[in-house]
Amino acid sequence: MEITSPTFKQNARGALADTQLQKALGNVRSGFIDKRAKAVGDLPEFEQLRENGRAIKNHVLDHLDLYLEAYEKKVIEAGGKVHWCQTAADARGAILDICRMNNARVVTKGKSMITEEIGLNDFLEGQGIEPVETDLGEYIIQLRHEHPSHIIAPAVHLNKEQVEADFRRVHKDLPASRSLEEPEELLGEARNVLRSRYFQADVGITGANFLIAETGSSIIVTNEGNGDLTQILPKVHIVVASIEKIVPTLNDAAQILRLLARSATGQDMSVYTTVSTGPRRPTDVDGPEQYHVILLDNGRSAMLGTEFQEMLRCIRCGACMNHCPVYHSVGGHAYGWVYPGPMGAVLTPSLIGVDKGGHLPNASTFCGRCESVCPMKIPLPKMMRHWREREFERGLNPATQRYGLKFWAWFAKRPALYHAATAVAIPAMKLAAFGKDRFRWLPLAGGWTKHRDLPAPEARTFMQQWRDRDAVSKQRAAS
Amino acid sequence: MSGREAILAKVRASLAGGHDPARRAAVEERIGNAPKGVIPARGQLKAGAKTELFAAQAAKVSANVRRVASRDEVPLAVSEYLRAKNLPASVRIGADKRMSAMPWATQKALEVKHGPSDGHDLVGVSHAFGGIAETGTLVMTSGKDNPSTINFLPEHHIVVIDAKDVDGDMEAVLARVKRKFGKGEMPRTVNFITGPSRSGDIEQKIILGAHGPRALHIIIVGE
Repeated sequence: MEITSPTFKQNARGALADTQLQKALGNVRSGFIDKRAKAVGDLPEFEQLRENGRAIKNHVLDHLDLYLEAYEKKVIEAGGKVHWCQTAADARGAILDICRMNNARVVTKGKSMITEEIGLNDFLEGQGIEPVETDLGEYIIQLRHEHPSHIIAPAVHLNKEQVEADFRRVHKDLPASRSLEEPEELLGEARNVLRSRYFQADVGITGANFLIAETGSSIIVTNEGNGDLTQILPKVHIVVASIEKIVPTLNDAAQILRLLARSATGQDMSVYTTVSTGPRRPTDVDGPEQYHVILLDNGRSAMLGTEFQEMLRCIRCGACMNHCPVYHSVGGHAYGWVYPGPMGAVLTPSLIGVDKGGHLPNASTFCGRCESVCPMKIPLPKMMRHWREREFERGLNPATQRYGLKFWAWFAKRPALYHAATAVAIPAMKLAAFGKDRFRWLPLAGGWTKHRDLPAPEARTFMQQWRDRDAVSKQRAAS
Repeated sequence: MSGREAILAKVRASLAGGHDPARRAAVEERIGNAPKGVIPARGQLKAGAKTELFAAQAAKVSANVRRVASRDEVPLAVSEYLRAKNLPASVRIGADKRMSAMPWATQKALEVKHGPSDGHDLVGVSHAFGGIAETGTLVMTSGKDNPSTINFLPEHHIVVIDAKDVDGDMEAVLARVKRKFGKGEMPRTVNFITGPSRSGDIEQKIILGAHGPRALHIIIVGE
C-alpha cells in the first residue's frame, strides 16, 4: 500500500474536515471505553495478569531464537511446515509458491494485520489469484479498495449508509428493492454472499494471535467465525505471523487471553478462540490437508536489544487507539500506513523508517492514557519520546522547530537568566490578561492560539511560590 | 544463507545472549513445567456451583442453556428445541460414542444425519470435550467424533456437555487435553466457543449471527 505517513499533518487536516468520518469516530469513543472498563473492573486479578503477561513476553523476547527453534520443531512433528521470511517480499513469494503448487484461484482470508503489512491482497490480484476477505469489516473495506483504519475494527471509519451504498453497488444480482437500512440486514447479506466463497477457496489464510512453542500450534481469536471457516474448509491453511507472536506454552496463552478480549472489546473471552496444530489427522473427516506457517521478521529482529524492544510485547488489542484523543480526532487512515494510534506511532517508524514515519510520534498529547490501558504495560509515550529524539538527532524536523528548541534549551540551561526573565514576564502576562483567566490571542503566536486558548499565568512563578512554601514550612518546623 | 538461518542470526546478534547454555535450560524448563500463572478466583468453586457459574456465564453471552438429569433425556431436549424454534426435525451429528448411545429412536420424527457438515444443515449437534466456568466457554476437540465443520456451518449449534467435564478455568481444561492427547500433542483443532457468533463491525453495534451459528444451545447433562 502507498505510505502517506510523511504527510500526516495534511492527512489529519483532511480527516478533521471529513464529516462522515467525524460522525463514525464517535463510535470509537462510545463503543470501546466503557465496555473495557467494566470487563476489567469485573476481574480483580486483572493487574496481576498484566504483570504476568508482561513477564511472559519479556521472557520470550530474551530467548526468542530458542523459542523459534522449539516452535518450528513442533510444527514439523505435527505435519506442518514453517517458511522463514526476512522481508515482506519473501513472505509474498512464499505464499504465492504455495498457492501455485495447489493451483489456487480463490483464496479466503481471515482478519490479519500482517497480510496488510506485506501488501498481500494487491500482490495476489496481480498474480491472477482472487483474495476474498471474510471478516465483515475487512470485506467492506475490500469492496471500497481501502485499508483498515483500526487494527480490530477495520471499518470503524464508516457509517451504515456508506456500507449500504457499497453493497448495492457490488451485489448487483440481488433485488434492488431489498431493505438494507439496518446493520442486521447488512450482516445477513454479507453472510450469504460469503458462504459460497468459503467453499470455492483452494487456500485459506489466517493470521495468528499466538504461536505456541510447546505444541507448534497457532491461535486465532475472533467473534464472527469467519477465521474458522477460512481454515477448515479449503485444503490448504496458511498462517501468516510475525516472530514476536510466540509464547512458550498454552498456559501462557491462557494468561494473555484473559487480557486480550477485555482490553479489545470488553468481552471476557472472544466468541471463538481456536487452537490449530498441523494439518488434519488421518482419521479426521474435515480440516485442511496442508498447514503452512509464514514466519515473518520484517524489521522486528532489529528492534530486539534496543529501546524499542518492549513494543514487541504488543498483542494488538487496540486499547491504546481506543483511548487516544488524537486517534479519536483523526481516525486511523491519517497515520498513513498499516498501524494507527499510539502503537502505530511507535511501531511504524521501526518498520518503515523514521524518515517516513517520524511525524507519527509527534501526534501525541502525552496524556498517557495509552500506557495506562495497555494490557502489556508498554511504555508508549516514553518510546514516542525516543523517536522524537532520533528525529531531532537526524535533523528531520523543520528548521523553525529546531531553532526554537535550541533556543529553549540554551535558555533553560541558564537558571539565573531563566528565573530573572520569568520573574518579569509572568506578572506582565498576568497584567496583560486584564483579569481574564485565558488568552484567546497572543502576538507572534497566532498559529498556536487559533486552535486553543493559553491559560493566563498566576501572578508569581512556580519557583517563587515554591520558595514561599519552603519558608513557611521551615518556620513551622522552627516554632 | 537461508531465511531461517538469517533470521536466527539477526535475533541472536540483537540479543547478544549468544550460546549461553543457561538460556537453553531456561527455555526447556519453561516449556517442560508450563507454569500456570495467575488463576482468577471466579471459577474456583465446588462441583455444583461450578456448573451453575458455567450456565450463568454462558447465558450472559447469549447462549441458551438447558439442564437435563441424564444422557437419556438429550434426544427429547433436542426435539423440544427444534420445535420451540420452528425448525425442521433434522440434525447433523458426528460419530461421538456418548451420543450414539443416546435413545434417538424415541424421537420418531427426528432425522439424524452423521458425518461432517457440508453447509446445508440448519442444526448441528456436538458433544463438548469440556467447559470453562470462569467464562461460560465450551471446549471442542476435532476428530471424526465431533467434526469442526459442525461447530461453524449450521445456523443453530446444539452442544451437549457433561456437568463433570466443566472445569473452573482454561488451564484446568488444557491439563485434561494434555492428559488425553499427550504432553505437547494436540488434536488438529481445539475450539473454545463463548456464545453464538457475532460482529460489531458496523457502527460498533453488536449483532448476533455473523459467519458462525446464529444461536448456541447448550444442554448440560447431570449435576
